[in-house]
Amino acid sequence: MMTFLGIPIQALMGQLLLGLINGASYAVLSLGLALIFGLLNIINFAHGAQYMMGAYIAWMLLAYAGVNYWLALVVAPLAVGLIGVVIERLLLRRLYKLDNLYGLLLTFGLALIIEGLFRQAYGISGQAYQAPRLLQGGINLGFMFLPLYRGWVVLVALAACLAVWAAIEKTRLGALLRAATENPALVRAFGVNVPLLITGTYGFGAALAGFAGVLAAPLYSVNPLMGSNIIIIVFAVVVIGGMGSILGSVLTGFGLGLIEGLTKVFYPEASATVIFVIMAIVLLIKPAGLFGRNA
Amino acid sequence: MTLKWTLTFAAAALLAAGTAQAQISDNVVKIGVLNDQSGAYSDLAGQGSVVAAQMAIDDFGGKVHGAPIQLLSADHQNKPDVGANIANRWIDVDHVDAIVDVPTSSVALAIQEITKNKDVVHLNSTAGSSDLTGKACSPTMVHWTYDTYAQAHGTGTALTKQGGDTWFFITADYAFGHALEHDTGEAVKEAGGKVLGSVNAPFPNTDFSSFLLQAQGSGAKVIGLANAGTDTINAIKQAHEFGITQGGQKLTGLLTFISDVHSLGLETAQGLVLTDAWYWDHDDASRAWAKRWSQKMGGGRMPTSVQAGVYSAVMHYLKAIDKAGTDEAKKVVETMKSMPVNDMFTKNGHIRADGRMVHDMYLVQVKTPAESKYPWDYFKILRTIPGDEAFRPMDKGGCPLVQASAGK
Amino acid sequence: MLQRRIWGTVLVAAALAAPYAVYPVFLMKALCFGLFAVAFNLLLGYTGLLSFGHAAFFGFAAYVTGHAMKEWGATPELGILAGVAVAAAMGLVFGVLAIRRLGIYFAMVTLALAQMVYFFCVQAPFTHGEDGIQAIPRGKLFGLLPLDDMYVLYYVVLAVFGIGVWIVWRAIHSPFGQVLAAIRENEPRAISLGYRTERFKLAAFVLSATLAGLAGSVKTLVFQLASLTDVQWHTSGEVVLMTLLGGMGTALGPVVGAFVVTTIENYLADIGAWVTIIQGVIFVLVVTLFRRGIVGEALAFIERSRRR
Repeated sequence: MMTFLGIPIQALMGQLLLGLINGASYAVLSLGLALIFGLLNIINFAHGAQYMMGAYIAWMLLAYAGVNYWLALVVAPLAVGLIGVVIERLLLRRLYKLDNLYGLLLTFGLALIIEGLFRQAYGISGQAYQAPRLLQGGINLGFMFLPLYRGWVVLVALAACLAVWAAIEKTRLGALLRAATENPALVRAFGVNVPLLITGTYGFGAALAGFAGVLAAPLYSVNPLMGSNIIIIVFAVVVIGGMGSILGSVLTGFGLGLIEGLTKVFYPEASATVIFVIMAIVLLIKPAGLFGRNA
Repeated sequence: MTLKWTLTFAAAALLAAGTAQAQISDNVVKIGVLNDQSGAYSDLAGQGSVVAAQMAIDDFGGKVHGAPIQLLSADHQNKPDVGANIANRWIDVDHVDAIVDVPTSSVALAIQEITKNKDVVHLNSTAGSSDLTGKACSPTMVHWTYDTYAQAHGTGTALTKQGGDTWFFITADYAFGHALEHDTGEAVKEAGGKVLGSVNAPFPNTDFSSFLLQAQGSGAKVIGLANAGTDTINAIKQAHEFGITQGGQKLTGLLTFISDVHSLGLETAQGLVLTDAWYWDHDDASRAWAKRWSQKMGGGRMPTSVQAGVYSAVMHYLKAIDKAGTDEAKKVVETMKSMPVNDMFTKNGHIRADGRMVHDMYLVQVKTPAESKYPWDYFKILRTIPGDEAFRPMDKGGCPLVQASAGK
Repeated sequence: MLQRRIWGTVLVAAALAAPYAVYPVFLMKALCFGLFAVAFNLLLGYTGLLSFGHAAFFGFAAYVTGHAMKEWGATPELGILAGVAVAAAMGLVFGVLAIRRLGIYFAMVTLALAQMVYFFCVQAPFTHGEDGIQAIPRGKLFGLLPLDDMYVLYYVVLAVFGIGVWIVWRAIHSPFGQVLAAIRENEPRAISLGYRTERFKLAAFVLSATLAGLAGSVKTLVFQLASLTDVQWHTSGEVVLMTLLGGMGTALGPVVGAFVVTTIENYLADIGAWVTIIQGVIFVLVVTLFRRGIVGEALAFIERSRRR
C-alpha cells in the first residue's frame, strides 16, 4: 500500500474528502457574509444565529407539521430570509449613516437574543434530525465509505455557490448589485430603488445562512449554540480570504476546510486552531487578505 | 399537685421542646439547589433537580424537628464566579444549610471550597470530578450519584469482560478527557484487554468524521468516546452515519446520560453502551417515583440519574437531621455516613469517610427502535456493577480525611 | 470645577462606605469588571478601535496569577505582576497583528486571536481544563495586609481599581491621548499631520490589554479561582456591552455599565437563559436608541438643561 508521511494514501483521500465537506459549510457561510458586507458594509454577527435558525426551522417543520427535508430545504431558508428582511427594515436601516461598528454590535445583540430564545424554548441538549431516506446509507468509494448525505452536501453547496456567483457576474440584477456596492448614489440616480436592493441582499444573505443550517441539520446535533461555534471560524475564513471577491470567499472556504481536514490526521491537537494560525500568517504577509482589495 | 407544680412542669416541658428546636439554626432548614438552568447541563439537571429536591421535602413532611424546610434555587450559568457569589450570599445572608446538585466541575470545586470553609453541607449529584472525594474532599460534602472514575472504570471493566478487549479512544483534548481515557484504559488493561490507540480531538468540536475514520481503521472492537455533552452527541450521530456499529464495532460514551440518548433518538443511538447510576425503569420503586416526577414536570420527560440522586440525597440529609437532632453541618454529614441508604435510588448504599456514596452502577445498552415499547423505554441492563467495583478505592483518592480516619 | 470636586468627594466616600451596605464580594466583582471595562474603553471610546477579544487578556492574566500563587507560592503582588506582564506581552502580539486591519476587520481579527487563546487554555494542562485553578491562596499583600479579611481585600481591590482608572485618565488627558482622539476622529488627517498612527494605536492597545490583565489578576484574588469562563468570547461580548451601556468615551460610563451588567448577572440568576436575552435586548436598545449610553445621555441632559 502506498503511504504519505506514514499515512496510507487511501485513508488520506478519505480525510481530504471529509475536509472538503466541512469546507462547503464555511464556503456557503462566508459567501453570505461577503454579500452582505459588500452592499451594507456591515459584518453580520447574527449569521451564526441565522444558520442555527435554519437548522431549527427544518426540525420544527418536521416535528410539528410533518414537512420533509426536501421542502424544508426551500421553506426554512425562505423563513430565515424573511426574518432577515424584518431585521433590516426595523433595525439595521437606522444605522447606515453611522460608523459600521454599530452594525456589528447590533447584530451581536440580535445573535444573543435569538440564541437565548431557542435555549429557553428547547433547552440545550439538542434535537435529532435524520437525513432523508433517499440519502441514507452510503457508497463504498474503494478508499472510504462515503455517506450519501455528505456527498450531497458537497455537491449542493458547490452548486449554490456557483449559482450565486453566476447570478452576480452575469445577470442585470447582479450588475446593479455590483454597481450599488461601488457607488450607491450613482445607481440611485439611474432610478434604481437602492434601499430595496439592500433589504433584498440582507434577506438573501440570511437565507444562505439558513440554507447552510438545513444542510447541517442531519450532520450535527441541532442545538442553539451550533451557530456561535462555527461563526468565529467563518470570521477567520473571511479575514483570510478578504471580502472583496465572491469567488475568493468561496475558494477560501473550501481550501481551509481541506487544510483543517489534513490537520486532523497529522496533528489533531491543532485542528481547532489551525485556521486562526493561518489567519495570523496571512495578516503578516498580505494584510488585505488573499483575495482582498486594500482596505 | 398544685397549680404551682403544674406550671413548673409545663415550663420544663416547654424548655425541653425549646432546646430541641434550638438545635436547628434559625429554626428553619434551608436547602439551596444551585445548578445550570440554561446551559449545557440544564436538561440533565436543571429545573428537574429543583423539582426532585422539592419532592424530597414534601415526602419528608415539610418539617424536621418542628422547623420548616425551605427550598431555594438559582442558576449559576456555568460560571464559577457567579456560582461562588450566589453560594456566599446564600450562606452569609440567607443562612442556607445545604447546597445541592451543582453541575460543572469548575463550579462544584469552587463551591466545595466555600462550603468547606464556611461549614455548610454540600450534596453534589451532577458534577463528575473525582477530585471532589479525592484531593479536594471535604468533611461536609457527599458526592452522591456518579463520578468520572466510576463511569470510566465501570464501562472499561464490564465491556472488556464481555469480550470487547481491544479499545480505541476518541478523547476530548483537555484535562477531563485525558482523565477519562486514562481511567478507562487502566480498567481495560486490568481486565485483560488492550488499548490499540487514541486520537486527541479538540474541544469543543463538531465534526468527528475524521476521528471516527481513524478509529474505524484501527480495527479495535470498542471505540470509547472520552468526551461529554454536545461533543458526545455529535460523535455518536456521525458514528451512525458512517455505519460504525453496523460494521461490528461497539461504541461507548464514557460520560453519556439518558438525556443525551433522548436527544439523539433511538434510531441513531441504538447499540450504544454506557454506564449509568440509576435508570427510571429499573424496578417498581424507581418507576413509581419517576412517574410522579414526570407529572410534576408537566409530562413528556423522565428523570435522569442525577435528578433521582438529588431526591435521594436531600431525603437522606433530612433523615440525618432528624436522627442527629441538629443541622450543624459536620454532625449531619457524620450521621449521614453512619446510616445506610435504602430508597428508590439504591439498595444498601453507604457513604464512605471521603464523602463518596457507594452504590451499584449499571452497564446498559441502548435499545433498538423495535425493542423500545413505550416513550423513554431506552435501556436494557447488561450488567449490574457492584459499588465497590465501580468506585475508586478510598486509599487511591488522596483525600486527607481518609488518612485522618485511618490514623484513629 | 468646585461642583466636580464635590461630586468626586461624594463618589469616593460612597466607595469607601459601600462594603458596609452592600455585599462586598459582589462589589469587588463589579469593580474588577469596572476596571476591565475602563481599560476596554480606552480603545473603543478614545481610539475608536473595537476589540472583540479582550477576554483573552482578562482571563489569561487570571490563569497566570492563579498558577503563580498556587503552584509557585508567589506573593499576591508578584502574582499580579506576573499576570499583568503576560497580558502586556499578549497585547503586543495581538496588537501587532490586529492593527494591520481596520474597522470591522480589526474586530474579527481580535475575536479570532482570542478564540485561539481560548482553545489553548482548554488544552494546556496548567489550566486544569474545565475544573479551572481552584482554592488559590490569597496570602498577604506586601507581607502585611491579610487579604483573607473581606474588608482588607475590598479596599485593596478599590485601590487597584482607583490606580487603573487614574492611569487611563492620565493617558487620555495627555498629548498621547490627544493623538488617539485625532486618530478616532480622522485617521488619514492624523497621518498627514506626520503622526505614525500605528504606533499610537499599538501603544493604546498594549496599555488597554495590560489593564485588562490587571483586572483579571485581581479577580483571581477575589474569587480564589481562575476558569475558562473568563477567556470565553462571551466575556469579550460582556465588556463591550458594559462599555456601550454605560457610555463609551465617558470616563465613568464603563464603570456604571459594569455595575449594571454584574447586577443583572448575579441578582437575576433565577431567570436562567433570560440573562442572555436581556443582554441582547440591551445591545439592540442601546445601539438603536441611546448610543451615548447611560452616563453619556445623563451628561447630555445636564448640558441641555444648563443651556436653557
